[in-house]
Amino acid sequence: MSETIKKFLYLNRKAPYGTIYAWESLEVVLIGAAFDQDVSLAFVDDGVYQLIKDQDTKGIGMKNFSPTYTALGDYEVKKVFVEKESLEERGLTLDDLQHLVWEDEDDDWAEKDSIELVSREEMTALMEDAEVVFSF
Amino acid sequence: MPIEVNGKSFETDEEGYLANINDWEPGVAEVMSKEDDLDLTDEHWDIINYLREYYEEYQIAPAVRVLTKAVGKKFGKDKGNSKYLYGLFPYGPAKQACRYAGLPKPTGCV
Repeated sequence: MSETIKKFLYLNRKAPYGTIYAWESLEVVLIGAAFDQDVSLAFVDDGVYQLIKDQDTKGIGMKNFSPTYTALGDYEVKKVFVEKESLEERGLTLDDLQHLVWEDEDDDWAEKDSIELVSREEMTALMEDAEVVFSF
Repeated sequence: MPIEVNGKSFETDEEGYLANINDWEPGVAEVMSKEDDLDLTDEHWDIINYLREYYEEYQIAPAVRVLTKAVGKKFGKDKGNSKYLYGLFPYGPAKQACRYAGLPKPTGCV
């Protein structure tokens, strides 16, 4: 096991189905989760659409991979930052997003919220703080 | 190469995974395990059925680490370790059990 733990930030900027970026990002996150790094996910711009609940892809004939986001907690991905301004600009609120949780082993497996709303300013700080940024 | 189950033909990819997850029936696991000289017990079926439930809910096959933890929680702590799972599926729980369950090859599994 590597001793060096780095701060990884996966930056998601695009809507889920028009391009392959959202799904590719999610796959990299799930694969990368095996490496025990300090992982954060960020959703900004149209990327916030990836977390919308009750997605239905029947009309476009693509696999609806939105349920996979709810598996992130099982993969020890506990920090999901959503930019408040990006939601507001699209007429969305936290209630429009899926409820993502992780289970805290040290607190009798209590379910804790993964999603945290942050301002644009806080998002900038998160990006500056990260050692590795993957932009999708 | 397609496999034959109860007189029906099922399409598979080049590594033997079912081409269409919705085609699956229990006979698929029976036929695949016979080819590996493995007799499926209730313990095997617990894992196979659990994998199908997991895929149904999350649309992915779980990583071994995630599967191990989940099995421990669902079927008892003594079963939540890779020794138990590899004992059941010597070719690897992710690869072999997912294949029997009709799931695609797990993401990140080489």
